[in-house]
Amino acid sequence: MSRYARRRAVNILYLGLSMAATAAGLIFLFLVLWALLRNGIPALRPELFTQATPPPGSNGGLANAIFGSLVMTAVATLVGTPIGILTGTYLAEYGQRGWLAPIVRFVNDILLSAPSIIVGLFVYQIVVTRMGHFSAWAGSIALAIIVMPVVIRTTEDMLVLVPGSLREAAAALGTPRWRVTVQVIYRAALQGLLTGVMLAVARIAGETAPLLFTALNNQFWNTDMNGPMANLPVVIFQFALSPYDDWQRLAWGGALLITLTILVLNILARFLTGWSNRTT
Amino acid sequence: MTIEIPSPAQVTRGVAPMPQHKPAMPQPLAKPAAAPNPPSLPAVKAEIKDLRFYYKNFEALKGIDLPLYDKQVTAFIGPSGCGKSTLLRVLNRIYELYPDQRATGEVLVDGENILDPGQDTNLLRAKIGMVFQKPTPFPMSIYDNVAFGIRLYHKLKSRELDERVEEALTRAALWNEVKDKLRQSGLSLSGGQQQRVCIARAIAVKPEILLLDEPASALDPISTQRIEELIAELKSDYCIVIVTHNMQQAARSSDYTAFMYLGSLVEFDETESIFTHPRQKRTEDYITGRFG
Repeated sequence: MSRYARRRAVNILYLGLSMAATAAGLIFLFLVLWALLRNGIPALRPELFTQATPPPGSNGGLANAIFGSLVMTAVATLVGTPIGILTGTYLAEYGQRGWLAPIVRFVNDILLSAPSIIVGLFVYQIVVTRMGHFSAWAGSIALAIIVMPVVIRTTEDMLVLVPGSLREAAAALGTPRWRVTVQVIYRAALQGLLTGVMLAVARIAGETAPLLFTALNNQFWNTDMNGPMANLPVVIFQFALSPYDDWQRLAWGGALLITLTILVLNILARFLTGWSNRTT
Repeated sequence: MTIEIPSPAQVTRGVAPMPQHKPAMPQPLAKPAAAPNPPSLPAVKAEIKDLRFYYKNFEALKGIDLPLYDKQVTAFIGPSGCGKSTLLRVLNRIYELYPDQRATGEVLVDGENILDPGQDTNLLRAKIGMVFQKPTPFPMSIYDNVAFGIRLYHKLKSRELDERVEEALTRAALWNEVKDKLRQSGLSLSGGQQQRVCIARAIAVKPEILLLDEPASALDPISTQRIEELIAELKSDYCIVIVTHNMQQAARSSDYTAFMYLGSLVEFDETESIFTHPRQKRTEDYITGRFG
C-alpha cells in the first residue's frame, strides 16, 4: 500500500471515529431532551406559573419555586458578576507584575472546581447557623460564590485574547489606563464577557446542593429574603424522589422549564452580541 | 556609532571635485552648515541623546544620538532586530506598558526630557501620536474611532466634534470614502482604509510628532501608495518619524534616513546622500541588498 493510500485510510478511520464520538454525545443529549419534552410538556399548564407547590394529591404549580429561583439567581448574578469582572480585569490587565495575581488565579481555579455542596456547607456554617434559620439571602450568597470563579475565569481568558496591539493603540493616544480597559478592551471582549456571565447563570440555574443547605425550600408563596424560599432545583429534587404522581409530573415540568430558560438565555446572548457587533 | 563628526577628509570630498554639491554631513543641530545650499535649515524638534534601552538585561539600543527635524520625515531603516522599532517606541514611552523594559539617556522634545519620570505619559502621548504596523481600529464606529482621542481631552459641542472628525478624515484622505457610513463599525473597512482611520485618529488629537511603525507593510501596493502620499501631505505640519523595511519607501518618502544595525546608529544623513553615496560600508551593503 502506498504511503498516500495509507494516509487516506488513516484519515477515513479518524474521521469515522470522531464522527462516532460526536454522535454518541449527541444521542445522549437528544435522549435527555426527548425525555424532558415528553414528560415535561404535559405538565406545562397555566397553573404551573400561577399556583404554589401543592401538598400531595391536590392541584398546584411551581409559582413559588419559579419566583424563588428567579430572585436568587438574579441576586447572585448581580453580586457575583461585578466582583468577577473586576477580579478578572485585575488578573488580565494589572496582574503582570507582582506575586498577588498568580495566587488569586490559583485560588480561583480551586474555587472553580470545588464541589458545589462544599460551597453550600460553607455558607450554611457562615450564614445559616449565625442567623439561626435558612434564608433566601444565604441561598443567594451561595450561588454568588459559584458565579464568581466562573466569571473571573472567563473574563480573564477573554481579556487576554484581546490583542496587545489594541491596548498599545489606545494608550498611544494618551488614553488613561482605566479608559483603555473600559472603553476599548471591554468592547472588544464584550461577546466573551457576556458569554461568561451567561455560562455562570446557566450553571447556577440548576444548582441544587448549595441551596439545600441555605435557602432550603418553602411550600408556600414567600417573598421574604430572610426566610426559606422555594426554588426549582430543590423542588425538583424533592418532588422527583417522591412517590406521588402529581409531584413527579411537576418535577418534570420544572426540569423542562429550567432547560428552556437556559436555552433562551443563550439565544438572547447570541442575539445581543450579534446586534452589538453590527452597530458599533 | 553616533552622528558622524565630519572629518576633514569628508569635508574636502564633499566640497572639492563633486560637480553637484551635496552636504554630505548631517546638519549638526541649528548650526548652519555654512553652505549656501538649503535656504532654511529645518528646526530640531527632538533630540535623542545617549539613549540606551534594555529588555530585562539585554541592551537593545546602545547609545543613540540623533536629531529629529520638524516638518521633515525621518526614516529608520535597518535589518530586523536592529532596534529601529524599539527606538520609535521610546519616543512616546509606549514601552512602559510592559514590565522589564527600560530606557536610559535623554530624549529632548522642545528642550524637555520626556524620559523624565515626572513627565505625564498620557499628555506626552497626546502630543506624540503613533500608528502601528497592523491597523488597529477600535471596536466602535468610524466616527467614534476618530473622535476617541479628541473626547479624551476636550469636551466639544457635537457640531465642533463633527468638524474635527471631518477634518481629520479629510487629511487622512478617507473622508470621501466613509462620509456616508460614519456610524458603521471601523472593523467593516478594508485594511488600507482601517490604517487611514488609525492615521486620522492619531492626527485628530493634533499631535506635534507622528510616529509611524511600518504603517504600510500590511497593505497592498495601492493602499501603500495612498499612505505614502498622505505622509508627504502631512509633512508640512508634523515632525514625522517612520520605521520601514522597505528601502524604496524610505527613499521615496523621507527627507532624512537613519540606518541602524545591532542596536547602534550606523549612519544618519539626508536621505538622498544615504542612498546615493553612503559613507559607511555597512550602510551601502544594506541598501544595495547585500545583507539584511
